[in-house]
Amino acid sequence: MRPSQLPAQAGVGFKPEHFASIDQERQPVGFFEVHAENYMGAGGPPHAQLSRLREDYVLSVHGVGLSIGSIQPLNQDHLQRLKQVCDRYQPESFSEHLAWSTHDTTFLNDLLPLPYTEETLAQVCRHIDEVQTALGRQMLLENPATYLLFEESTYEETDFLDEVVKRSGCGLLLDVNNVFVASTNHNTDPASYLARFPVLHVREIHLGGHSETEDDLGATLLIDSHDTPVRDPVWALYADVVRRIGPVATLIEWDNDVPDWPVLRAEAQAAQAILQRSALAA
Amino acid sequence: MSTMQQRFAAGLMKPESALPEGLTSWNCRQPKVRYDVYRNNVMVSLRRALASRFPAAEMIVGEDFFAAMADIFICEHPPRSPLLFLYGDDFPDFAAAFPPAQSVPYLADVMRLEIGRGRAYHAADVAPLDPARLAAVAPDDLAAVRFTLHPSATVLRSAFPVVTIWAMNAGEAPVAPISDWTPEDALVIRPHLTVEVLRLPPAGAVFLDALAAGGPLADAAEAGAAAHPDFDLTATLACALSGGAFSTIQTQPGDQP
Repeated sequence: MRPSQLPAQAGVGFKPEHFASIDQERQPVGFFEVHAENYMGAGGPPHAQLSRLREDYVLSVHGVGLSIGSIQPLNQDHLQRLKQVCDRYQPESFSEHLAWSTHDTTFLNDLLPLPYTEETLAQVCRHIDEVQTALGRQMLLENPATYLLFEESTYEETDFLDEVVKRSGCGLLLDVNNVFVASTNHNTDPASYLARFPVLHVREIHLGGHSETEDDLGATLLIDSHDTPVRDPVWALYADVVRRIGPVATLIEWDNDVPDWPVLRAEAQAAQAILQRSALAA
Repeated sequence: MSTMQQRFAAGLMKPESALPEGLTSWNCRQPKVRYDVYRNNVMVSLRRALASRFPAAEMIVGEDFFAAMADIFICEHPPRSPLLFLYGDDFPDFAAAFPPAQSVPYLADVMRLEIGRGRAYHAADVAPLDPARLAAVAPDDLAAVRFTLHPSATVLRSAFPVVTIWAMNAGEAPVAPISDWTPEDALVIRPHLTVEVLRLPPAGAVFLDALAAGGPLADAAEAGAAAHPDFDLTATLACALSGGAFSTIQTQPGDQP
């Protein structure tokens, strides 16, 4: 099984509107990450752009539609499409989410939460086995941003992820913004979450922006909106994690209200500076 | 477990439905606002997917109207695939039958043109037919030539000036009163990396549809002439060829394309 192998550098989530700027000169980014589903058409500009990026950069393919946390079987057509994308572009890493997005035949287009129970654990591990077998590679599983909890949950999320890693051999994609968002939303301490997180298996980190609202009782509710710069408390948590585990591939995600390329590049360079400090300290 | 996901999914597209049982939060046993975050994510993201596929339609009816129409469509026709660039193939038919949209009878055709644009964008990459290949066919063999349409091609017939209306609402032409309100046929095509929308000459769609159905050039020309008195075979063929409408030709039965 081919391991996930991104360089311990800062990368950027690729947006087609940045292609012209990116293509002008070699960019100081360690890798680009793309959403797999955008490259499942037969041809056209998406493939032309990704082929061009592939020539010069390390590539991470990030799925958003496989519905690994679903109670129903994986969509085999979609798994085959993922395999085609991976076979064609040979990315250094493939990742997906601890979430579900399809129910019956309806695709809900959001990363929906699941209870953490023996039953969901077994199902998630089955699905990851299936993905890793089909793709012939290790996949990374990302911790979700969640807004509510389930009465039936019997596992802490960190214990659930630890067990998934042990049973399936997958790696982890630690989204530090999701940790901050979910911890705030559940009134828990993000540092404690990170202390329990199976960090030895982290192969990539995600950083992104969030927005703020209020819940039913007026408590702070953070939304994983990916429409702002990375917030200061998330940078601080990130620096702590990197200090603890050393440099690791780090992605800046900015999916809505996307800024001009130089702004995104500067965010990546800020992450790169933190990575370099930790490398020097090691 | 299955019931939890069923319950969770069932309420996502029904804003008035009760909160699913089994949810909780640190401070509240009825986390309605929290569940509504997911409802909102689902609806907003799907609305956004439709708006990005039908930008000219949104321009025509305005953001609020489009969003309201999209919301009803989403609930009645939710996506069946994670490939959202395919979502909304039946949105034009829905709009055509949507009572509040009856005052814009051309809306559905503009949307069909936009579907063609999306398909062309993602279609297989194939080099368009080199016109020299057709020029090299012996005159006696021309009538029997069969054409394969380019995989990115969509031929659209409309009772409205659909190309003109689309262009004005896509920023391709200045918005102005349309003095010549005549039916227009469109060819949507991506011969290389840019999607093009071409206005076909009279009966151009009939002609191209006949070729697409596999008929020989002579039959397609006959169909075009029968459909419109102004049908001009040379001009129509030149328009299609220069637009890149074909990928290959067959000069004799059994020839490999």
